[in-house]
Amino acid sequence: MHITPILAIVLRQLYLFRSGPTRVLSLVIWVAIDIVLWGFMTKYLNSVTAAGFDFVPVLLGAVLMWDFFTRVMFGVTMAFFEDVWSRNFLNVFGSPISITEYLAGLVASSIITSTLGLLVMLALATALFGLSFLSYGGMLVPFLMVLFLFGIALGIVGCSFVLRFGPSAEWFVWPIPAVLSPLAGVFYPISTMPTWIQWVSHLLPPVYVFEGMRAIVTGGAFSRSSLAIGAVLAVFYVLSASLVFTRIYRNAVRTGLIARYSAESVT
Amino acid sequence: MPNSPGAVEETAPFFFMSILEVSKLRKSYSGTLAVDDLSFSIAPGEIVGLLGPNGAGKTTTINMILGVLEPSSGRIQIDGHNLANDRRGALLRTNFAAVYAPLPGNLTVEQNLRFFAMLYGVDSISSRIDALVEQFDLAKFRHTKCGVLSSGEQTRACLAKAMLNSPRLLLLDEPTASLDPATAREVREKIRAVATARQVSVLWTSHNMNEVETVCDRVLFLSRGRILLEGNPRTLPQEHGKSTLEELFIAVAREPLSLES
Repeated sequence: MHITPILAIVLRQLYLFRSGPTRVLSLVIWVAIDIVLWGFMTKYLNSVTAAGFDFVPVLLGAVLMWDFFTRVMFGVTMAFFEDVWSRNFLNVFGSPISITEYLAGLVASSIITSTLGLLVMLALATALFGLSFLSYGGMLVPFLMVLFLFGIALGIVGCSFVLRFGPSAEWFVWPIPAVLSPLAGVFYPISTMPTWIQWVSHLLPPVYVFEGMRAIVTGGAFSRSSLAIGAVLAVFYVLSASLVFTRIYRNAVRTGLIARYSAESVT
Repeated sequence: MPNSPGAVEETAPFFFMSILEVSKLRKSYSGTLAVDDLSFSIAPGEIVGLLGPNGAGKTTTINMILGVLEPSSGRIQIDGHNLANDRRGALLRTNFAAVYAPLPGNLTVEQNLRFFAMLYGVDSISSRIDALVEQFDLAKFRHTKCGVLSSGEQTRACLAKAMLNSPRLLLLDEPTASLDPATAREVREKIRAVATARQVSVLWTSHNMNEVETVCDRVLFLSRGRILLEGNPRTLPQEHGKSTLEELFIAVAREPLSLES
């Protein structure tokens, strides 16, 4: 694998952010709205419920981490969509870049955009609502890593879907986090849900993150082995998603889809 | 430095006579044969016109040489590198420009050139961009987004991109299709000059037969995915009882079987 083509994909994204304020605003505006909305909601809940339970770390912390996951996923898909929207497949895939390098470039772009989003969220949540996430220090890192890996996996799945079914399948990508959030136990323990849904939930790495985080912020102990299961699942999904993308790409090269990808939809 | 364009020229086997060798190339889509047993080669510095009516297999052939379309069978070798098992080696020595593949419009000319230079592993990117911006008269558009350039300016930007890695093989799919006659002539002269000076092999498709006569050393007439005729564009029409290349083109499009026989 060569580093320069990977950096080229990242550089392209940076050029786009530099091209106008709307690009950067889109990275931070939604997460800022989420933090402000949920921040006030947690303050309200704190004021109407019995003293002793602080909703800020439980709910606002969950929103922050879920938004981070969402930014990671969209960071991958947005970098890919740049090539879809600018009909650039022929120029990119006709160059020496390998598909592994291309995927690595998408992931590297996502690291930058999601980190920016995370920093904005942490700053707002800390400054406006007193969320002391940073006090957990390095303990946060494994939780964020699991979410990061799962976000990467779903981002690659979204790209695979659009590559296979064409630009008009883009609608499939945007609601993925919203569809998953009820199953992922973001705001409530998965024991709240029916047993059969819990079985499905256990296949989702974020479940292990949010169950663990809830245990920590409420003063309990979290299970390291449980988080390890989440990490293993996340790695498995990243590898599987990469394999799926590569196979779809190879099929697209075989059928000529890459060469005529400008069509509105592909069947 | 395997990814440096300078190194490309150094590592090319000196005994290798053709830059592009296409051998028994076939491509079928669900039973339809788009390219049928195509074999040809291009020598260093040679400009070969790939001609034929719509659907003859020209773009399919170019896409296969570019590695974005997998052949059903056959072999493509670029400057001694087999595309099937050394894609990177082959494509480091290749570049292309096509009227249907403009540079992303939301990046400036310089940003696009830098992006593609990195994809092609070009060394000394800034000086290479300076040279190409000068060569293709893009200096005043250097910081302009490609999306707002005129067709001619976009074509020149695409050609600058195609020259970034000092390719040994240049694939040009109707490069002058959207240009006015004066700009088209200028572009032809630039490409001709580059091909001669740097011994770049060019595969050129066009529907402009005057252009083909002016630029190409040799033409391949495709019909239904096969090479129907091959030869010097200035003498080929007379060899087949036609007065111009355009007449020959029309005959190929309308009655290929009579020419084949």
